[in-house]
Amino acid sequence: MPAPHPHLDFLSEAIATARAARRPVAIRGGGTKDFYGGPVAGDTLDVRPLSGITSYEPTELVITALAGTPLAEVESVLAGGGQHLAFEPPRYGAGGTVGGMVAAGLSGPARARAGCVRDHVLGVTLINGRGEFGTFGGQVMKNVAGYDVSRLLAGSLGVLGVLCEVSLKVVPRPVASVTLVRSFDESGALSLLNTLHRRPLPLGASAWYDGGLYLRLEGSEPAVAAGCAALGGDRLDDTQAAAWWAGLRDQTQPFFAAPGPDLWRLSLPPTAPAIPLAGGQLIEWGGALRWWRTDAPAEDVRRRATVLGGHATRFRGARPVRDPFTPLPEPLRRVHRELKKAFDPDHILNPGRLYPEF
Amino acid sequence: MPAPLVDASAPTRSAGSEARRRELLGALARVLSGEAILADSEATAPFECDALSAYRVRPLVVVLPRTDEEVAGVLAACRALGTPVVARGAGTGLSGGALPHAEGVTLSLARLNRILAVDPVACTATVQAGVRNLAISDAAAPHGLYYAPDPSSQLACSIGGNVAENSGGVHCLKYGLTLHNVLGVRGYTIDGERIEFGGQALDTPGLDLLSIVVGSEGMLAVVTEVTVRLLPRPEVARCILASFATVEAAGRAVAEVIAAGIIPAGLELMDRPMVGAAERFVHAGYDLDAAAILLCESDGTATEVDAEIARITKLLTDCGATRIEASRDEAERLRFWSGRKNAFAASGQLSPDYMCMDSTIPRRRLAEMLRAIEGMQARYGLTCVNVFHAGDGNLHPLILFNANDADELRRCEAFGADILETSVRLGGTISGEHGVGIEKLNSMCVQFSPAEREQMFRIKRAFDPAELLNPGKVIPTLHRCAEYGKMHVHRGVSAFPDLPRF
Ligand SMILES: Cc1cc2nc3c(=O)[nH]c(=O)nc-3n(C[C@H](O)[C@H](O)[C@H](O)COP(=O)(O)OP(=O)(O)OC[C@H]3O[C@@H](n4cnc5c(N)ncnc54)[C@H](O)[C@@H]3O)c2cc1C
Repeated sequence: MPAPHPHLDFLSEAIATARAARRPVAIRGGGTKDFYGGPVAGDTLDVRPLSGITSYEPTELVITALAGTPLAEVESVLAGGGQHLAFEPPRYGAGGTVGGMVAAGLSGPARARAGCVRDHVLGVTLINGRGEFGTFGGQVMKNVAGYDVSRLLAGSLGVLGVLCEVSLKVVPRPVASVTLVRSFDESGALSLLNTLHRRPLPLGASAWYDGGLYLRLEGSEPAVAAGCAALGGDRLDDTQAAAWWAGLRDQTQPFFAAPGPDLWRLSLPPTAPAIPLAGGQLIEWGGALRWWRTDAPAEDVRRRATVLGGHATRFRGARPVRDPFTPLPEPLRRVHRELKKAFDPDHILNPGRLYPEF
Repeated sequence: MPAPLVDASAPTRSAGSEARRRELLGALARVLSGEAILADSEATAPFECDALSAYRVRPLVVVLPRTDEEVAGVLAACRALGTPVVARGAGTGLSGGALPHAEGVTLSLARLNRILAVDPVACTATVQAGVRNLAISDAAAPHGLYYAPDPSSQLACSIGGNVAENSGGVHCLKYGLTLHNVLGVRGYTIDGERIEFGGQALDTPGLDLLSIVVGSEGMLAVVTEVTVRLLPRPEVARCILASFATVEAAGRAVAEVIAAGIIPAGLELMDRPMVGAAERFVHAGYDLDAAAILLCESDGTATEVDAEIARITKLLTDCGATRIEASRDEAERLRFWSGRKNAFAASGQLSPDYMCMDSTIPRRRLAEMLRAIEGMQARYGLTCVNVFHAGDGNLHPLILFNANDADELRRCEAFGADILETSVRLGGTISGEHGVGIEKLNSMCVQFSPAEREQMFRIKRAFDPAELLNPGKVIPTLHRCAEYGKMHVHRGVSAFPDLPRF
């Protein structure tokens, strides 16, 4: 059991002070996702000194780490145990923290098959806006004691609490991984993708860009070999394949990294048809995630996503915007407002990061 | 656990409460047809308990709506009159979650039992809340698809109940719990307003409310419709049945399988008394000399499964398995499982009643836990048999007792509470999949600090400010915890053992 951490006292005092002075704090780890969400006017509260892996037992399939622990450290320790975070969290540069990863709630290319960040959160310790510590969930796979507060924190962008420690489910790395590439136009790629998840294939990730459909098969050797035979296509060499998926995961590929129009993230039912969009498009998650670079007005982009049964986020752009996320309908909006009050009655934690009103 | 609430007699009412009851019946009659309202005590009797039958309360009224509009109308009426509402699926819950409220309405979702859509392209099914778990897989079968979470009660339990409890099954180590297999739920707030959590896409804007609604035991909203993810049926499944001379050896074997990078489709452990009971009940061919047996399943393509079965067989043999068999065909696989699937029923043959506990512990503490339970058997003078979802650390000790003997019931409750407290102390939790309901309220005082419990109350009030949805369940009041008199114990590993916890 590690000793109490001095930075914890610092954090809870900072919250108490902020509360007394009604001065908001902007919670920050490595700042790799500063671009994501609305702007926060507040004093920066750096979580990074709260760092270290609390426990890791590969055979329990769980890792527990303080929130400021570098994500890279967690990933390298897991790799040492032959395991990984199955949802492939995007890193967007060096220095990201495990707490920031959970708070941002973003998942990478493997999401459609492996699940998202929330699916892998087992427990958290947090400080709410009253300065109270609380531990929810735990270090075990199955836990239904009370509401699952720990999973609610995934993707909450710091508006409910300062994450201090998180426990995550980890899994063995697949033994084999092969990437196949085939030429397809957008609708051809989508129709094929929509037949694939119906078949018992070890499809770990998929993406379409610029006429190429990339399929990553992963699992046991025999399953991957059978999958390759069933799908066909050109096999990328392993180094090239690893680089390609990392470029997608971390958005360093030119589609994302080149200067130009805003980057929109459309989360849609995977069966949504091809959308004729001016500007570049990249598809992930078997059709459920579509990235679009455009300067079209936000209302237009949102309308297209809503009509198809999904939602659109202004993910990155030249300037920050106050309302990057799709507005909530009632009564969801009221529930959000009330939940914010339940955790942070004085609105001192990251106000404006998720929605302008909290 | 609370004192038994045996209140099955027709209650006598004061004039005031009789007037309130008439007002309620009048309001309900405006939204429901007469046959959908059960008010006399003979008609409401079948609803007085769930599968935790030691606790019974006769509800004021039972309603059986057929449509979403009727559900909305019932909720709006109850909200207006300040009447508590207890949602009910199939009533197979094991923690008293659907135990009626004596002054409240029991809202049965049983008639909302239509499969609305099976989409073989998106691999989803949208069904009403009262649809039985197994009926979803049956409807998906013609497309080669199925719904993965498979509680042993899957023939009877409803998907709405599964969502409320975040239920698991023997295959959830590989395929996840209810939460991991549900895309979206629709339902109504206590005000009767339609609300949707999740959807058809893989995420939604804002907070991930689906993750607290799943597992909220009917306290945040009433669910009327669920969209689940369907998976392609694996080509083959095979199961290994292995015997061990000690529980420790079986526990070590489980750790070795996982350490080898294998996530089996199912990994279950039974101790000797349980094996004996199951064997007598269904003749599965279990080894009666074993101290513990393991069931370990592999699924996938035929080549993949054969390779995995060979690897697991070698690992288990190296870990000292005293007998080992791998199923050769589907009939044999089902026979291996039959004892496990009937474990609860088999325990029912051992004694008039059993109390099924449901805690989770870090897997490495298994042997320690079983030794502690052995000690408790002597202390409380009752027998306990054990089944264990060994892959994910979820333990089901079944305490055998006679509910008609008040002292046995009291000892059984104390035994159960002791198991839960020990689980928390070992770094685990008081419920893995059956929920808190009414049964584990006291144990919540042990697992959570007052500030943590108050945070949960605040969450409840964010959805249900008047606290009318399933009141009195899941979160114990400060007062109740004070009366129970046991302090919150710190969980196994914590980075902050010395922090004040309010
Ligand atoms: C023999 C047996 C074996 C079992 N095996 C397992 C197992 O392997 N794994 C497992 O996890 N559980 C198991 N259970 C427990 C039980 O079957 C599950 O908890 C199941 O999900 C309950 O479903 P139900 O429809 O019967 O719900 P009910 O018992 O009717 O209700 C359970 C809770 O859900 C709420 N609820 C029900 N429907 C709704 C709705 N539509 N909206 C909002 N709230 C609602 C109720 O208020 C209550 O709090 C078993 C039970 C038995 C009797």
